[in-house]
Amino acid sequence: MAVVSTPATLERAVPAIDNAEVLRIRNDFPVLNQLVNGQPLVYLDSGATSQNPASVIEAEQEFYEQRNAAVHRGAHHLAVEATEAFEDARQTIADFIGADYEETIWTSNATEGLNLLSYALSNAGLWAAQGRGDRGLKELALNPGDEIVVTEMEHHANLIPWQELAFRTGATLRYIPIADDGSLRMDQAAAIIGARTKVLAFTHASNVLGIINPVTELTALGHSAGALVVLDACQSAPHLPLNVKELGVDFAVFSGHKMLAPTGIGVLYGRQELLDILPPFLTGGSMITTVTMERAEYLPAPQRFEAGTQRISQAVAMAAAANYLTETGLERIHAWEAELGQRMVSGLESIPGIRVLGPAAGKERIGLAAFDVEGVHAHDVGQFLDSRGIAVRVGHHCAQPLHRRLGLTATTRASAYLYNTTDDVDRFLEAVAGVRAYFRA
Amino acid sequence: MSLDQLYQQIILDHSKARHGSGLAGTEAPQGTSTGQSHQLNPVCGDEVTLRLAVQDGKVAQIAWDGAGCSISMASASVLTDLAQGMTVAELHEVIDSFREVLRSRGKVHADPELLGDAAAFEGVARYAARVKCAMISWVAAEDALNQAA
Repeated sequence: MAVVSTPATLERAVPAIDNAEVLRIRNDFPVLNQLVNGQPLVYLDSGATSQNPASVIEAEQEFYEQRNAAVHRGAHHLAVEATEAFEDARQTIADFIGADYEETIWTSNATEGLNLLSYALSNAGLWAAQGRGDRGLKELALNPGDEIVVTEMEHHANLIPWQELAFRTGATLRYIPIADDGSLRMDQAAAIIGARTKVLAFTHASNVLGIINPVTELTALGHSAGALVVLDACQSAPHLPLNVKELGVDFAVFSGHKMLAPTGIGVLYGRQELLDILPPFLTGGSMITTVTMERAEYLPAPQRFEAGTQRISQAVAMAAAANYLTETGLERIHAWEAELGQRMVSGLESIPGIRVLGPAAGKERIGLAAFDVEGVHAHDVGQFLDSRGIAVRVGHHCAQPLHRRLGLTATTRASAYLYNTTDDVDRFLEAVAGVRAYFRA
Repeated sequence: MSLDQLYQQIILDHSKARHGSGLAGTEAPQGTSTGQSHQLNPVCGDEVTLRLAVQDGKVAQIAWDGAGCSISMASASVLTDLAQGMTVAELHEVIDSFREVLRSRGKVHADPELLGDAAAFEGVARYAARVKCAMISWVAAEDALNQAA
């Protein structure tokens, strides 16, 4: 199932992940070793937040025990050590996604990254209108008549910031529709993306449908229209090899807590020539060159977008998480999770009264599956599974417009990661098979 | 606590029976004072629209439309049976008591004399994520009652 080919020699040297390896991986995750409601925990909610290996927890602890200080200021020993750890972490994450160091901006999460970008773009309009900043800002500014294009499958984080940007600038928000199997209507995309399009924002992999979108094709459409292309990589960066330069997108965001790191840390990637002219969103300390009573001049990226004291220990821990994933191998992780995803979907499809959202069994999907149980509300499904020690997500998964499009208000979602075995999926399927009888549906 | 203590038989029965469900196309009886309230739980999308008619200080009719989990639907159904014919003061007392039990994290026991079948929801109090499911129609009833009375 791997979409990225590896050299034959390497394939021989590093075998695919199997259950035996997963059982070893699990030992690295302290929280997974517990009973829930008397049964061994089956954690299938990594699409919401992932668990942390000991190496990540230790990296954060080690930072506080050995080198805690404010970064980019102070000449003392700890300040130097902290700054090195913080900036080394940035380089690690830049390498992780194929970006340059200056293009990798720390945020608190993907949501903040998208808000930062959308506010920087509306600030571009304000600056351009007053002749401030680079002349290129005029190109980036949005005005009435301009369009922002998203898809029907977006997470609210990649939707509401664009709704609000449209509100602030008078631009119009448009949607690329999906087909009933969840795939994007690319024929419609080609018609919708055009000369008026200033921003094209879409998710790499859907947190509900499990589908992987054709990033290269969409990016080509966006760029031929002269639009900025923004990628929501929340469900891809943690699970498959990601190279933002190869994909050619202008911006990308993802969150640490979905890729084995702590909460409170995420990344915005942007092409350097764009980041260097975009006005900042948050302003304050650590991001300026000179400040007078009247105004300030700003540093180039990444500091330009990192006002105030940063999330230093979380950044260090996120680098440890990226190292854990890289050492395990993203291609191998992706292949294993794709196998788990197929096992979920083919199993769910064989249970009467279950409707799986997104691609059918046999079609490409990541290691997650959202589904509706006929006659049983998702909350009740989740409660039933929890009583058997199985953790899943219930609700609209922050994608209300998508659920409405599919004629649903709430669904149940199981999402796997590198620490899930086929036995986890089988226990989940066995439990789901008992839901309708319990609730007499 | 076992799942069966949460999903008691009476709750599963009411989640199917849904007494009082069917607001559309019905009207409040003539000569009554009515109130109507719409409540939404943004976490799970549970929704209830409840209308309550009061005549001579008593609940003359209660009707609702809703979509949601078995706890929320059963709770609206039980409330309908319980509220019918109560005085405004009695219904307020019952709602206050129900809320106290549900928000107690299991510390306050339900009084079956006062709450009747609604005492079956006592177990929900131990599931913080489900308390709002049980409360949604009762919050709507309280709001509607304040409008009508």
